[in-house]
Amino acid sequence: MFATVTLTTVIMFTSLLLVLALVGIVLNRKNVIVILMCLELLLLATNINLVATSHFRADLGGQILTFFILTVAAAELAIGLAIVTLFYRNTGGIEVDKADMMKG
Amino acid sequence: MLPDILFYLFAIGLLLGAGAVITARNPMYGVLGMIFSFINAAGLFMLFYAEFLSLLIVMIYVGAIAVMFLFVLMTIDIDFVKLREGFAPYLPAGLIVAAALAAELLLAASLGLFTGVGTPIAAAEGAPTNIEQLGAVLFTDYALPFQAAGMVLLTAMVGAIILTHRRRKDVKRQNISMQINRTASDSMALTKPVSGQGATPLYWSPKPVDKVASNDEDDQ
Repeated sequence: MFATVTLTTVIMFTSLLLVLALVGIVLNRKNVIVILMCLELLLLATNINLVATSHFRADLGGQILTFFILTVAAAELAIGLAIVTLFYRNTGGIEVDKADMMKG
Repeated sequence: MLPDILFYLFAIGLLLGAGAVITARNPMYGVLGMIFSFINAAGLFMLFYAEFLSLLIVMIYVGAIAVMFLFVLMTIDIDFVKLREGFAPYLPAGLIVAAALAAELLLAASLGLFTGVGTPIAAAEGAPTNIEQLGAVLFTDYALPFQAAGMVLLTAMVGAIILTHRRRKDVKRQNISMQINRTASDSMALTKPVSGQGATPLYWSPKPVDKVASNDEDDQ
Protein backbone atom coordinates (compact mmCIF):
# COMPACT_ATOMS: atom_id res chain seq x y z
CA MET A 1 0.00 0.00 0.00
CA PHE A 2 1.16 3.50 -0.73
CA ALA A 3 1.90 5.79 2.16
CA THR A 4 2.01 9.17 0.47
CA VAL A 5 1.25 8.51 -3.19
CA THR A 6 -2.30 9.48 -4.07
CA LEU A 7 -4.32 9.56 -7.25
CA THR A 8 -3.32 13.19 -7.68
CA THR A 9 0.35 12.27 -7.75
CA VAL A 10 -0.24 9.64 -10.40
CA ILE A 11 -2.30 12.00 -12.53
CA MET A 12 0.42 14.63 -12.34
CA PHE A 13 3.02 12.15 -13.57
CA THR A 14 0.83 10.92 -16.39
CA SER A 15 0.08 14.52 -17.37
CA LEU A 16 3.80 15.07 -17.77
CA LEU A 17 4.07 11.90 -19.86
CA LEU A 18 1.20 13.06 -22.07
CA VAL A 19 2.79 16.47 -22.57
CA LEU A 20 6.14 14.85 -23.41
CA ALA A 21 4.48 12.67 -26.03
CA LEU A 22 2.69 15.66 -27.55
CA VAL A 23 5.99 17.58 -27.71
CA GLY A 24 7.49 14.56 -29.42
CA ILE A 25 4.80 14.67 -32.08
CA VAL A 26 5.43 18.38 -32.69
CA LEU A 27 9.22 18.10 -32.74
CA ASN A 28 9.55 15.00 -34.90
CA ARG A 29 6.89 16.01 -37.33
CA LYS A 30 8.76 14.62 -40.34
CA ASN A 31 9.37 11.11 -39.09
CA VAL A 32 6.24 8.99 -39.15
CA ILE A 33 7.75 6.22 -37.09
CA VAL A 34 8.64 8.51 -34.19
CA ILE A 35 5.14 10.00 -34.40
CA LEU A 36 3.69 6.51 -34.06
CA MET A 37 5.92 5.85 -31.05
CA CYS A 38 4.73 9.08 -29.45
CA LEU A 39 1.13 8.03 -30.05
CA GLU A 40 1.87 4.82 -28.18
CA LEU A 41 3.22 6.87 -25.28
CA LEU A 42 0.06 9.01 -25.30
CA LEU A 43 -2.08 5.90 -25.05
CA LEU A 44 0.19 4.60 -22.30
CA ALA A 45 -0.41 7.77 -20.29
CA THR A 46 -4.18 7.29 -20.53
CA ASN A 47 -3.78 3.62 -19.63
CA ILE A 48 -1.80 4.42 -16.51
CA ASN A 49 -4.42 6.99 -15.53
CA LEU A 50 -7.18 4.42 -15.95
CA VAL A 51 -5.41 1.72 -13.99
CA ALA A 52 -4.48 4.11 -11.19
CA THR A 53 -8.07 5.36 -10.95
CA SER A 54 -9.26 1.77 -10.99
CA HIS A 55 -6.93 1.03 -8.09
CA PHE A 56 -7.67 4.03 -5.93
CA ARG A 57 -11.42 3.96 -6.46
CA ALA A 58 -11.75 0.17 -6.14
CA ASP A 59 -13.50 -0.20 -9.48
CA LEU A 60 -12.46 -2.79 -12.04
CA GLY A 61 -13.93 -0.84 -14.97
CA GLY A 62 -10.72 1.05 -15.56
CA GLN A 63 -8.72 -2.11 -16.09
CA ILE A 64 -11.33 -3.45 -18.51
CA LEU A 65 -11.20 -0.22 -20.48
CA THR A 66 -7.39 -0.41 -20.51
CA PHE A 67 -7.68 -3.88 -22.00
CA PHE A 68 -9.75 -2.56 -24.89
CA ILE A 69 -7.48 0.42 -25.38
CA LEU A 70 -4.56 -1.98 -25.68
CA THR A 71 -6.46 -3.89 -28.37
CA VAL A 72 -7.22 -0.79 -30.37
CA ALA A 73 -3.65 0.50 -29.96
CA ALA A 74 -2.23 -2.75 -31.31
CA ALA A 75 -4.63 -2.70 -34.28
CA GLU A 76 -3.84 0.93 -35.02
CA LEU A 77 -0.13 0.26 -34.88
CA ALA A 78 -0.32 -2.74 -37.20
CA ILE A 79 -2.19 -0.72 -39.81
CA GLY A 80 0.03 2.31 -39.26
CA LEU A 81 3.26 0.43 -39.78
CA ALA A 82 1.80 -1.32 -42.83
CA ILE A 83 1.00 2.10 -44.28
CA VAL A 84 4.52 3.30 -43.45
CA THR A 85 6.02 0.32 -45.29
CA LEU A 86 3.76 0.96 -48.28
CA PHE A 87 4.54 4.68 -48.21
CA TYR A 88 8.26 3.98 -48.19
CA ARG A 89 7.88 1.57 -51.08
CA ASN A 90 5.98 4.11 -53.16
CA THR A 91 7.86 7.33 -52.38
CA GLY A 92 11.27 6.14 -51.20
CA GLY A 93 10.99 7.99 -47.91
CA ILE A 94 8.89 8.31 -44.80
CA GLU A 95 8.71 12.10 -44.62
CA VAL A 96 5.26 13.35 -43.84
CA ASP A 97 5.77 16.20 -46.29
CA LYS A 98 5.87 13.75 -49.16
CA ALA A 99 2.31 12.66 -48.49
CA ASP A 100 0.80 15.31 -50.73
CA MET A 101 -0.58 13.16 -53.52
CA MET A 102 -4.11 14.35 -52.86
CA LYS A 103 -3.05 18.03 -52.96
CA GLY A 104 -4.97 18.74 -49.80
CA MET B 1 7.17 3.29 2.26
CA LEU B 2 8.76 0.89 -0.20
CA PRO B 3 5.84 1.13 -2.68
CA ASP B 4 6.21 4.89 -2.68
CA ILE B 5 9.90 4.74 -3.48
CA LEU B 6 9.21 2.20 -6.21
CA PHE B 7 6.45 4.40 -7.59
CA TYR B 8 8.73 7.39 -7.92
CA LEU B 9 11.49 5.25 -9.44
CA PHE B 10 9.16 3.79 -12.04
CA ALA B 11 7.52 7.14 -12.79
CA ILE B 12 10.84 8.89 -13.29
CA GLY B 13 12.07 6.01 -15.44
CA LEU B 14 8.90 6.32 -17.50
CA LEU B 15 9.49 10.00 -18.12
CA LEU B 16 13.17 9.42 -18.93
CA GLY B 17 12.23 6.77 -21.48
CA ALA B 18 9.71 9.11 -23.06
CA GLY B 19 12.36 11.80 -23.23
CA ALA B 20 14.69 9.38 -24.96
CA VAL B 21 11.97 8.62 -27.52
CA ILE B 22 11.39 12.22 -28.50
CA THR B 23 15.02 13.32 -28.55
CA ALA B 24 16.74 10.25 -30.02
CA ARG B 25 18.82 11.04 -33.09
CA ASN B 26 18.38 7.52 -34.38
CA PRO B 27 14.86 6.06 -34.02
CA MET B 28 16.48 2.73 -33.20
CA TYR B 29 17.49 4.20 -29.84
CA GLY B 30 14.03 5.72 -29.63
CA VAL B 31 12.53 2.25 -29.76
CA LEU B 32 14.82 1.19 -26.93
CA GLY B 33 13.65 4.17 -24.90
CA MET B 34 10.08 3.15 -25.62
CA ILE B 35 10.80 -0.36 -24.35
CA PHE B 36 12.26 1.15 -21.18
CA SER B 37 9.14 3.27 -20.74
CA PHE B 38 6.84 0.31 -21.12
CA ILE B 39 8.77 -1.83 -18.67
CA ASN B 40 8.49 0.98 -16.14
CA ALA B 41 4.78 1.24 -16.87
CA ALA B 42 4.47 -2.48 -16.21
CA GLY B 43 6.12 -1.89 -12.84
CA LEU B 44 3.61 0.86 -12.10
CA PHE B 45 0.75 -1.47 -12.97
CA MET B 46 2.17 -4.02 -10.56
CA LEU B 47 2.14 -1.36 -7.85
CA PHE B 48 -1.53 -0.74 -8.64
CA TYR B 49 -2.31 -4.44 -8.16
CA ALA B 50 -3.10 -4.86 -11.87
CA GLU B 51 -0.91 -7.91 -12.41
CA PHE B 52 -2.68 -9.12 -15.52
CA LEU B 53 -2.38 -5.82 -17.35
CA SER B 54 1.19 -5.46 -16.20
CA LEU B 55 2.24 -8.73 -17.78
CA LEU B 56 0.06 -7.99 -20.80
CA ILE B 57 1.94 -4.71 -21.33
CA VAL B 58 5.26 -6.52 -21.24
CA MET B 59 4.04 -9.18 -23.65
CA ILE B 60 2.29 -6.92 -26.15
CA TYR B 61 4.47 -3.85 -26.13
CA VAL B 62 7.91 -5.22 -25.44
CA GLY B 63 7.33 -8.56 -27.12
CA ALA B 64 5.33 -7.58 -30.17
CA ILE B 65 5.06 -3.87 -30.84
CA ALA B 66 8.67 -2.94 -30.15
CA VAL B 67 9.82 -5.81 -32.33
CA MET B 68 7.48 -4.61 -35.07
CA PHE B 69 8.96 -1.11 -34.83
CA LEU B 70 12.48 -2.50 -34.99
CA PHE B 71 11.52 -4.68 -37.96
CA VAL B 72 10.11 -1.75 -39.92
CA LEU B 73 13.09 0.44 -39.00
CA MET B 74 15.49 -2.19 -40.24
CA THR B 75 13.51 -2.84 -43.40
CA ILE B 76 13.46 0.73 -44.61
CA ASP B 77 16.64 2.50 -45.57
CA ILE B 78 16.42 6.13 -44.53
CA ASP B 79 18.79 8.96 -43.79
CA PHE B 80 17.46 9.81 -40.36
CA VAL B 81 19.62 12.91 -40.04
CA LYS B 82 17.70 14.54 -42.88
CA LEU B 83 14.44 13.76 -41.14
CA ARG B 84 15.62 15.70 -38.10
CA GLU B 85 16.01 18.92 -40.07
CA GLY B 86 12.85 20.61 -38.88
CA PHE B 87 13.66 19.96 -35.25
CA ALA B 88 15.09 23.27 -34.08
CA PRO B 89 12.59 25.76 -35.63
CA TYR B 90 9.67 24.09 -33.94
CA LEU B 91 11.39 23.82 -30.59
CA PRO B 92 10.36 27.20 -29.07
CA ALA B 93 6.74 27.00 -30.17
CA GLY B 94 6.51 23.39 -29.08
CA LEU B 95 8.02 24.17 -25.69
CA ILE B 96 5.65 27.10 -25.10
CA VAL B 97 2.59 25.00 -25.96
CA ALA B 98 3.92 22.13 -23.86
CA ALA B 99 4.59 24.37 -20.87
CA ALA B 100 1.12 25.86 -21.08
CA LEU B 101 -0.52 22.46 -21.39
CA ALA B 102 1.55 21.00 -18.57
CA ALA B 103 0.74 23.94 -16.31
CA GLU B 104 -2.97 23.57 -17.01
CA LEU B 105 -2.98 19.83 -16.45
CA LEU B 106 -0.93 20.05 -13.26
CA LEU B 107 -3.16 22.81 -11.96
CA ALA B 108 -6.27 20.78 -12.71
CA ALA B 109 -4.77 17.71 -11.06
CA SER B 110 -3.70 19.61 -7.96
CA LEU B 111 -7.19 20.96 -7.30
CA GLY B 112 -7.89 17.73 -5.47
CA LEU B 113 -10.86 16.72 -7.60
CA PHE B 114 -9.40 13.29 -8.25
CA THR B 115 -9.58 11.46 -4.99
CA GLY B 116 -9.76 7.80 -4.20
CA VAL B 117 -12.69 6.30 -2.37
CA GLY B 118 -13.16 2.91 -0.80
CA THR B 119 -10.56 0.25 -0.18
CA PRO B 120 -8.10 -0.12 -3.04
CA ILE B 121 -8.52 -3.26 -5.09
CA ALA B 122 -6.81 -6.42 -3.87
CA ALA B 123 -5.77 -4.82 -0.62
CA ALA B 124 -8.45 -6.73 1.26
CA GLU B 125 -7.50 -10.02 2.86
CA GLY B 126 -8.53 -13.15 1.02
CA ALA B 127 -9.74 -11.26 -2.03
CA PRO B 128 -9.66 -13.13 -5.37
CA THR B 129 -6.66 -12.43 -7.53
CA ASN B 130 -6.68 -9.75 -10.15
CA ILE B 131 -6.92 -12.27 -13.00
CA GLU B 132 -9.90 -14.00 -11.40
CA GLN B 133 -11.67 -10.70 -10.89
CA LEU B 134 -10.99 -9.56 -14.47
CA GLY B 135 -12.05 -12.88 -15.92
CA ALA B 136 -15.28 -12.88 -13.97
CA VAL B 137 -16.19 -9.48 -15.40
CA LEU B 138 -14.67 -9.73 -18.86
CA PHE B 139 -16.48 -12.88 -19.96
CA THR B 140 -19.89 -11.93 -18.55
CA ASP B 141 -20.61 -8.22 -18.45
CA TYR B 142 -18.16 -7.35 -21.21
CA ALA B 143 -18.57 -10.43 -23.38
CA LEU B 144 -19.82 -8.50 -26.39
CA PRO B 145 -17.09 -5.83 -26.33
CA PHE B 146 -14.59 -8.65 -25.88
CA GLN B 147 -15.74 -10.29 -29.10
CA ALA B 148 -15.81 -6.93 -30.83
CA ALA B 149 -12.16 -6.49 -29.80
CA GLY B 150 -11.44 -9.77 -31.52
CA MET B 151 -13.11 -8.47 -34.67
CA VAL B 152 -11.02 -5.30 -34.49
CA LEU B 153 -7.85 -7.37 -34.33
CA LEU B 154 -8.99 -9.56 -37.23
CA THR B 155 -9.76 -6.50 -39.33
CA ALA B 156 -6.37 -5.01 -38.52
CA MET B 157 -4.64 -8.24 -39.46
CA VAL B 158 -6.45 -8.55 -42.79
CA GLY B 159 -5.87 -4.87 -43.50
CA ALA B 160 -2.16 -5.02 -42.78
CA ILE B 161 -1.73 -8.10 -44.97
CA ILE B 162 -3.68 -6.62 -47.86
CA LEU B 163 -1.80 -3.33 -47.64
CA THR B 164 1.65 -4.83 -47.75
CA HIS B 165 1.14 -7.95 -49.84
CA ARG B 166 2.39 -7.77 -53.39
CA ARG B 167 3.50 -10.00 -56.18
CA ARG B 168 6.73 -8.99 -57.79
CA LYS B 169 6.65 -8.99 -61.57
CA ASP B 170 10.37 -9.47 -62.06
CA VAL B 171 10.67 -12.77 -60.25
CA LYS B 172 10.39 -16.10 -62.04
CA ARG B 173 8.25 -18.58 -60.25
CA GLN B 174 6.75 -21.98 -60.92
CA ASN B 175 3.51 -22.30 -62.82
CA ILE B 176 2.26 -25.49 -61.34
CA SER B 177 -0.73 -26.09 -63.62
CA MET B 178 1.52 -25.76 -66.66
CA GLN B 179 3.94 -28.23 -65.15
CA ILE B 180 1.22 -30.75 -64.48
CA ASN B 181 -0.32 -30.36 -67.93
CA ARG B 182 2.94 -31.07 -69.73
CA THR B 183 2.95 -34.31 -71.68
CA ALA B 184 5.77 -36.22 -73.27
CA SER B 185 4.61 -35.34 -76.76
CA ASP B 186 4.75 -31.63 -75.92
CA SER B 187 8.30 -31.63 -74.79
CA MET B 188 10.24 -34.56 -76.22
CA ALA B 189 11.22 -35.76 -79.63
CA LEU B 190 12.70 -39.17 -80.44
CA THR B 191 15.25 -39.44 -83.17
CA LYS B 192 17.26 -42.35 -84.42
CA PRO B 193 20.68 -41.11 -85.48
CA VAL B 194 22.50 -43.45 -87.83
CA SER B 195 25.91 -44.42 -86.63
CA GLY B 196 28.65 -42.16 -88.02
CA GLN B 197 26.27 -39.47 -89.37
CA GLY B 198 25.15 -37.63 -86.22
CA ALA B 199 21.62 -36.60 -85.39
CA THR B 200 19.42 -35.25 -88.13
CA PRO B 201 18.34 -31.65 -87.53
CA LEU B 202 15.14 -31.48 -85.59
CA TYR B 203 12.08 -30.62 -87.60
CA TRP B 204 10.17 -30.54 -84.37
CA SER B 205 10.21 -27.82 -81.75
CA PRO B 206 8.55 -27.73 -78.33
CA LYS B 207 5.13 -26.19 -78.10
CA PRO B 208 5.51 -22.42 -77.61
CA VAL B 209 4.85 -21.40 -74.05
CA ASP B 210 1.94 -19.05 -73.66
CA LYS B 211 3.48 -16.14 -71.79
CA VAL B 212 0.14 -14.58 -70.96
CA ALA B 213 -1.02 -17.57 -69.00
CA SER B 214 1.70 -17.27 -66.37
CA ASN B 215 -0.57 -17.06 -63.36
CA ASP B 216 -1.29 -13.35 -63.49
CA GLU B 217 -4.86 -13.58 -62.36
CA ASP B 218 -4.18 -12.84 -58.71
CA ASP B 219 -1.90 -9.88 -59.27
CA GLN B 220 -3.06 -6.63 -57.79
